[in-house]
Amino acid sequence: MHDRTLTELAADLATKRVSAVELTKHFLARIERFDDALNCFVTVTADEALKQAKAADERRARGDATPLTGIPLAHKDIFCTAGVKTTCGSKMLDNFVAPYDATVIERFADAGAVMLGKTNMDEFAMGSSNETSYYGPVRNPWDHALVPGGSSGGSAAAVAARIATAATGTDTGGSIRQPAALSGITGIKPTYGRVSRYGMIAFASSLDQAGVLTQTAADAALLLEAIAGVDERDSTSLDEPVPRYSKTIDEPWEGVTIGVPENFFDTGLDADVASTIHAALKEYEKLGAKLKNLKLDYIHLSVPAYYVVAPAEASSNLSRFDGVRFGHRADDAIANDLTTFYMRNRGEGFGAEVKRRILTGTYVLSAGYFDAYYLQAQKVRKLISDDFARAFREVDLVAGPTSPSPAFGIGHKTSDPIEMYLNDIYTIGANLAGLPAMSLPCGFVRGLPVGLQLIAPPLAEGPLLKAAHHYQRGTDWHRRVPETYA
Amino acid sequence: MITEEDIRRLCRLARVEITAGEIADASAKLSSIVAMVDQLQAVDTKGVAPMAHPLDRAQRLRDDRVTETDRHELYQRNAPLVERDLYLVPKVIE
Repeated sequence: MHDRTLTELAADLATKRVSAVELTKHFLARIERFDDALNCFVTVTADEALKQAKAADERRARGDATPLTGIPLAHKDIFCTAGVKTTCGSKMLDNFVAPYDATVIERFADAGAVMLGKTNMDEFAMGSSNETSYYGPVRNPWDHALVPGGSSGGSAAAVAARIATAATGTDTGGSIRQPAALSGITGIKPTYGRVSRYGMIAFASSLDQAGVLTQTAADAALLLEAIAGVDERDSTSLDEPVPRYSKTIDEPWEGVTIGVPENFFDTGLDADVASTIHAALKEYEKLGAKLKNLKLDYIHLSVPAYYVVAPAEASSNLSRFDGVRFGHRADDAIANDLTTFYMRNRGEGFGAEVKRRILTGTYVLSAGYFDAYYLQAQKVRKLISDDFARAFREVDLVAGPTSPSPAFGIGHKTSDPIEMYLNDIYTIGANLAGLPAMSLPCGFVRGLPVGLQLIAPPLAEGPLLKAAHHYQRGTDWHRRVPETYA
Repeated sequence: MITEEDIRRLCRLARVEITAGEIADASAKLSSIVAMVDQLQAVDTKGVAPMAHPLDRAQRLRDDRVTETDRHELYQRNAPLVERDLYLVPKVIE
């Protein structure tokens, strides 16, 4: 039953073909069998999952089930879960048991979904390969020598290996879409503010957004409609009505123009990935879409703008981790003066990449540099955002590759931060502009999955999911599973 | 170019310790990151307002009323060192 989509399993639960307890046991057994090799989970909450599954079956028997009641999900370890260890992939939080639930967790629990456990991730979501995790790298189910992408690498690999029906993720510069692409699954990053960030450990607050990693766009629609919407505990969450995405995806799809930015097909793009993307765009033409070439004048500056804005915000957000009220404290730290105390706790608690981002952020915000770096990056960000706004006056969606190459080898890009950062060259633009974007499986290159990226105007998750859904009705790339996990 | 001296200063500002052996590597990697973001300097942004919010929205305010209750017992379970409900840190006042 693990090869069935979440939408299919929801129907199975509704028609009592399977119970929530049976389903949960099935996935827990698969985690037990496969996760030693994959390393997707930091924590598996088996006992709690079975309790939740039993409660879900009882709720269904009472007749007040939602479509998600009894569906087993995995949650990225960036979301606070009351009473369950929440590490954010860091030694700093290795001993942290969250005292409350994130809104995303709470809303899934209210819907009756079951939590299988917490998934591995790049430390504090800073990475594109899951190699910066304190808990070790996650393996790509298509080839264990390769990375699954990151930072939501554990979530992506868990869904790709069908050891979870779907998983939550967060996306600051591509952390849902890039691992979805490299692992051969579907991922959506909604509009900035569409989903509450309450209880989601902050990386870069003006970019962070929660979303989901799934087998299909229809699955993503079901999940997103359960978690989207205003939350009074996150003052940046958008007070806008939430459409029933799972219904709107089936509406007729016509008169759609897809913009194809020539800048997304530059010299940095793997030639085989490029031809796979072009083939997917042809498929869209067959479905009735009109393609229109366009140019985004400033998109090539998204990586440099991002690597000022994100580290600046991170250096500020991560200042809360000082080893005083929670988090890692060095053994002899209390014997030192206060500054040394902080430095020791943070020096031991953070890994190399997190320190690098904190120092970069500190540098660009330091006296004399603020205008030249941070303010200038925010202006360039505006130019990038205006580029998209102009494009969306002529097209309904923008399409291109999610990632410049298929999955790469573990350890292959760790020595050069710039090379690693360039993995997100096509995804960062949507974060800087706050736009909803997806990655969906669209083919294979050298036996590895390739992701097609679709970007939509603000709050157009409905049309975005619909476009992905119509593509998936005519293709079966999203149903391919690595042999070991079929 | 971010020198090793710059790294030591930044570490102190950011309250992050790195070992003596890591300083050269941090200096090299931060230099390459700063060189990469320096592309921004060449962009003409005259008259462009810095982007404060992706959707140009203003912060929503809530009513000013007490909503939190005292949960220090729960919160202090995560604390490294507590005595009589107080968080212990190094002595700061002689």
